[in-house]
Amino acid sequence: MELIKRRIMVCYQYRSLFQELVIKDIKLKYRRSFLGYFWSILNPLLTMLVLVIVFSNMFRFDIENFPVYLIIGQTLFAAMNEATTMAIWSITGNASLIKKVYVPKYIFTMSRVSSSLINFLFSLVAMILVFLWCRVTLNWCFLWIPVVIFQVYLFSLGLGLFLAQAAVFFRDIQYIYSVILTAWMYLTPIFYPIAQLPLWLQKGIAAYNPMYFYITQFRCVVMEQAMPDGRLIGVGFFAAILALLLGLWSFERTQDKFILYI
Amino acid sequence: MEETVIQIDQVTVRFNMASERIDNLKEYFVKLLKRQLMFQEFLALKNISFQVKKGESWGIIGTNGSGKSTLLKLICGILKPYKGSVAIHGTIAPLIELGAGFDSELTAKENIYLNGAVLGHSRKYMQKFFNEIVDFAELWEFLDMPIKNYSSGMAARLGFSIATVVRPEILIVDEVLSVGDYAFQKKCERRMKEMLEEGTTLLYVSHSIDSVKDLCNHVLWLDKGSSRMIGDAVQVCDAYMLEQDKRE
Repeated sequence: MELIKRRIMVCYQYRSLFQELVIKDIKLKYRRSFLGYFWSILNPLLTMLVLVIVFSNMFRFDIENFPVYLIIGQTLFAAMNEATTMAIWSITGNASLIKKVYVPKYIFTMSRVSSSLINFLFSLVAMILVFLWCRVTLNWCFLWIPVVIFQVYLFSLGLGLFLAQAAVFFRDIQYIYSVILTAWMYLTPIFYPIAQLPLWLQKGIAAYNPMYFYITQFRCVVMEQAMPDGRLIGVGFFAAILALLLGLWSFERTQDKFILYI
Repeated sequence: MEETVIQIDQVTVRFNMASERIDNLKEYFVKLLKRQLMFQEFLALKNISFQVKKGESWGIIGTNGSGKSTLLKLICGILKPYKGSVAIHGTIAPLIELGAGFDSELTAKENIYLNGAVLGHSRKYMQKFFNEIVDFAELWEFLDMPIKNYSSGMAARLGFSIATVVRPEILIVDEVLSVGDYAFQKKCERRMKEMLEEGTTLLYVSHSIDSVKDLCNHVLWLDKGSSRMIGDAVQVCDAYMLEQDKRE
């Protein structure tokens, strides 16, 4: 208990470092680029456009309002993808700093995941543009969207912490993880309806793929204009908190050894 | 004046000095199967104990590889001891490498806030000292230039200026002043003396025995990770110099 209290105090003390790091990431991402922050909005729109063209002509699925279906899945998955991929480098990339000044190391991972979240908020603007274009009507259920984003954030933070500490000891984690990400993307119903899959796979995805929990919640609010199923919300939070605990536990256990390996 | 700020008790620091470092899973499993996972122990510090009281200034001397920087990193909290305990009371400004917290893409102005945050200060707090920092570093003309275009001496000026303007309780200096020009080195030494007079505790690592004698009143002599001699600055420095001369 005493330990947790002290940790929270330290965390509070370093909140300005956290802020500065997030601001730095965002400032640097688009410095010296002509369109600047506009890219964050344009990028998901263009990707979605390509996917819509591909999947409305080459592979056809029977999905109503396909652009909306697609952009929700794609941006949510891309947000998790970006956050965790950036997090892998958060410790090894700041080696020079960690070797010379004492700072709580999880701050680097946390700020990376958080700046990805802010990028995601930009792409939310792109999503809204698509919603308007496809005439999605607004309703009170939309207020649930921040909660979905919060679940994705917690989940990505947990996974990011785990990956960041693992990457300190094994640099090839990044290659393995990028393969896993590709497989994971195809196992998430982003551009196909889940009913397309064989039954055993459908069951597996519905039970064990956290990204499916979050994307489905989001789609339910926007496309069916209804609150998501209670069970889905339950497993969504469960997966997020489980990932966070796993990440924190593994990070806490190994962080004192980082200095010997970076 | 009798308050202890740094208490080091029988500290040992251990590194793995394996001939090849394994940093990926593939090699790890290959070595695991071949049973070649070795751990070669290397003790960077052996059973060091000493305590520093508030307001004292300590020099740490020794040849290259004797564990001076390891000891400083231990005190900063960057390294954890393998055995023994380290207790620190007070805020630390580590100058192990000036500008360690700088991001080369950001401008000097942005870096002042970032580096301040690394040392645990808020933006508001740094704003209060902003002018003083730039004045001391004499870098008004270059504020909006990215740090990557700075010379190492300029970056060092800025780093020293940030770390010392906020008046820490414990100042840790590791051989950092060697990059600045003569006038700036003198300026830094003057500032350190000022801080000492105000009650800051100083830990100073340098190969320049004269500046250690000048700044410090106690000296710890490290030799291959063990403490060889602890005591009055002039005495320890003379003994150290005597042995170095003999070796030649």
